[in-house]
Amino acid sequence: MKRNSNWSILLKGLLKENPVFVLILGTCPTLATTTTVDGAFGMGIAALAVLVCSNILISLLRKVIPDSVRIPCYIVVIAGFVTIVQMIVQAFLPGLYVKLGVYLPLITVNCIILGRAEMFAGKNSVGKSALDGLGMGLGFTVALLAMSTIREVFGAASFAGIAIPFMENYKIEFLVKAPGGMLVYGCLIALVYVITKGRAPLKKSFSCAGCPNAANCQTGACEAAAEAEIEKGDA
Amino acid sequence: MFKSLIIILLSSVLVNNYVLSRFLGICPFLGVSKKLNQATGMGIAVTVVMLLATAVTWPLQLLLDKAGLGYMQTIVFILVIASLVQMLELLLKRFIPALHKGLGVYLPLITTNCAVLGVAINNITDGYNFLESLVSSLGVGLGFLLAMVLFSGLRSRIDETNIPKPFRGLAATLIAASFISLAFMGFAGIVEKMFA
Repeated sequence: MKRNSNWSILLKGLLKENPVFVLILGTCPTLATTTTVDGAFGMGIAALAVLVCSNILISLLRKVIPDSVRIPCYIVVIAGFVTIVQMIVQAFLPGLYVKLGVYLPLITVNCIILGRAEMFAGKNSVGKSALDGLGMGLGFTVALLAMSTIREVFGAASFAGIAIPFMENYKIEFLVKAPGGMLVYGCLIALVYVITKGRAPLKKSFSCAGCPNAANCQTGACEAAAEAEIEKGDA
Repeated sequence: MFKSLIIILLSSVLVNNYVLSRFLGICPFLGVSKKLNQATGMGIAVTVVMLLATAVTWPLQLLLDKAGLGYMQTIVFILVIASLVQMLELLLKRFIPALHKGLGVYLPLITTNCAVLGVAINNITDGYNFLESLVSSLGVGLGFLLAMVLFSGLRSRIDETNIPKPFRGLAATLIAASFISLAFMGFAGIVEKMFA
């Protein structure tokens, strides 16, 4: 039974609670780095490394960090690991470093990492948090790979930089441009909804429960916004 | 000089719009764009924070470089932005409660808005001087506001239509965002032509 639950923690990140297609976290790197397969893979692995490390450390520190300042503490931990990853990539994979550019330091504000710290690592044991980080990171990587494969193969007629000869005359260049990314992302979300037969919680409305920022925002901020609006309407 | 500032401003509002062509700040763009007044509030709050963050981080980078701590950029910048947002919220609450009621609720969300950290880092990597950095931040903020306002109008239309079930919610929203982004691609090259 216990092994079962550990497996489910690891596997739920892949499809049922896929951070990109179901939880809708980390949208910015998903759209920005999926024009090429190798860039997307690099981004996925970098985020996976940061996610596992920060989940472990935050879980270890969960009894030390005071509740009221937990978000700044989480951000410092995450930013520290991002800097380490940034230095490693710069030293050993300079090509990838140039390709990812500003999106590499921006892993710091990737909602997946802060979201998992807040939703999972801050409340669970070290082992479980590491598994959760691994599962979510793999889910993120798989999602990025799926999106980048579609975009690069059909948009640029190549795969990870290797040209596919017979597709050269049938490139849909729209797909590697900005709007194409959003279009592919939207269609994939709908596809995952069909595959999971709608069992996964679909974000129907952007209330606090559906807000991508809900994990990071102070509790009640969105409700307060809604209330303020109602008051304004009354006045 | 003046001309180059105008070019920076216009190109960051229209051509290199952070939300629609650089994919920064997508979370609030999708999350808070449902109603026009919320979208405007968020857009203005982001613009203000971007300007303040740039005004602080640009000189700070000089200090970091002088001390040979350039690699600390990410940690220092995110801490500065997080504390700046907190301070702004406290100050607004204390001194301008009316404004806090309108904008304050959006402030906690801004810490994790990647557009703010993104513009702070990009200003450094693009090699802008202090004035250019401020202008570029203003442009990026205004571009964000423009995208939010345009998109909130579109969103209200989407809500009234009958969409196939799997596409309901975020999928349809993203596809609509794709069309707005497509429209903005039409601005490519317009700024350079204007001043050529």
